[in-house]
Amino acid sequence: MEYRIEVKDLNVYFDELHILKNVSLKIHKNMVTALIGPSGCGKSTFIRTLNRMNDLIDTFKMDGDVLLDGKDIYDPKVDVVELRKRVGMVFQKPNPFPKSIFDNVAYGLKVHGITDNNVITEKVEESLKSAALWDEVKNILDKSAMGLSGGQQQRLCIARTIAVEPEVILMDEPCSALDPISTTKIEDLIHKLMKDYTIIIVTHNMQQATRVSKHTAFFLHGEIIENGPTDKIFIEPCDKRTEDYITGRFG
Amino acid sequence: MHRIISPKIAQKVMKLIFWISGIITILILLVIIGYVILKGMPVLNLEFIFGDPIDSGREGGIFPMIISSAYVTLIALLVATPLSVGAAIYLSEYASEGKLVAAIRFGAETLSSIPSIIFGLFGLAFFVIYLDMGWSVLSGGLTLALMALPTILATSEVSIESINKSYSEGSLALGATKWQTINRVVLPAALPGITTGIILGMGRAIAEAAAILYTVGAALSIPISIFDPARPLPLHLYILATEGISLENAYGTAAVLVIIIIIITVVTNTLVDRYSKKMMGR
Repeated sequence: MEYRIEVKDLNVYFDELHILKNVSLKIHKNMVTALIGPSGCGKSTFIRTLNRMNDLIDTFKMDGDVLLDGKDIYDPKVDVVELRKRVGMVFQKPNPFPKSIFDNVAYGLKVHGITDNNVITEKVEESLKSAALWDEVKNILDKSAMGLSGGQQQRLCIARTIAVEPEVILMDEPCSALDPISTTKIEDLIHKLMKDYTIIIVTHNMQQATRVSKHTAFFLHGEIIENGPTDKIFIEPCDKRTEDYITGRFG
Repeated sequence: MHRIISPKIAQKVMKLIFWISGIITILILLVIIGYVILKGMPVLNLEFIFGDPIDSGREGGIFPMIISSAYVTLIALLVATPLSVGAAIYLSEYASEGKLVAAIRFGAETLSSIPSIIFGLFGLAFFVIYLDMGWSVLSGGLTLALMALPTILATSEVSIESINKSYSEGSLALGATKWQTINRVVLPAALPGITTGIILGMGRAIAEAAAILYTVGAALSIPISIFDPARPLPLHLYILATEGISLENAYGTAAVLVIIIIIITVVTNTLVDRYSKKMMGR
């Protein structure tokens, strides 16, 4: 089994707060890994460590290793901009830019120096198709993305992310602000994207974890209590706390 | 518990009070603008707007004053806009809260509450005499720039700060650099607010008499070079009225100034509105 990301003994602090405690996790290539756990358990902090978004917070401190394809992403020689191109992210609340639908998808291409309009146009169409949004927006590409529904906006954010061809896509509760129909569409999309991308999804929704992921890690109070194949975690968890959480006894 | 007035009546009374406050505010504005324009009407014609003043402004028109106003205001904005928008970007995007930021903010706030005549005196001492720019469009424009600066800075900073942080996060997560994020996402989104700031700053500059009293001279001819003296509209108005030259022409000048400000405000508001609607897809 090939691993795309390996996290070893990761500790994360914000000021004196010890958010993640000795977290180790291996993320399989081209597979969906779900991170579950109650609010405040460190799931979001964990995925934000994987594309170094935590660097934006002044009080962030960490130790341990985060390897992407065997290379430490916190090595001083690593270019954060390049890293974030390889590890894309979809946020909890859809956050398209206040620009046209086309410009939203073209944005990542342009900031990475692609200027050929034909290439950009082709790539925008391809990305919108991959994100299952093309048919809905192909006639309104020059309209503002802010006019789309929440579900469409989130698929646009996914299109924007895959346009720069990342290897990994991090999704931080991507459906928590969406209605059930939009959620289904995003989940179908995740299934489709799985073969080309390594996906890590944070979710509060147990059913969603079982529907979309092959592998699940359960976080509690900044530690990984248990991780393994999703079927096993949900059918016969080893740890009492995992069982309590997935059966809804807390969280 | 015995209530003196029922909540329902209190609600109605308060609504009425707020309504009256709103109406009075609009009325004050309408009365002032209406009064100035009505008093100015009799002298307003093409000859007045496009003519040269004759006999110190007792007769003739105010075309050189309109050009002077446009000239000094343009210089003020050309200098003040990049400086204040730059400072606003620094304060809202780069600086972490600390002594320097507090000092810049305190400085800008103080600057905005200094009486304009003080700016005039400073302009006289610094630009006119020390830098030897003389009484000129440049000295006047730079003095006005100092006055417009805090207004544009404060409005721009608020408007950049108000841009949803999720846009920046989305951009950075795509591998954009900080500057690309600011330049391509944050500033375009903040543009309506920044434009409003520039217009407020322009309003301060174009309507100012005291700050240019000692800096711009009082020439009656059209200024060509930035080193020429000039006589912007508010200054002309002030001289016409205080020296008892012609009260009618003073009102005419005031009316032109008010109409110019109204036109600029309406046009920019319309443009900003259109841009915002396009951006937000409404």
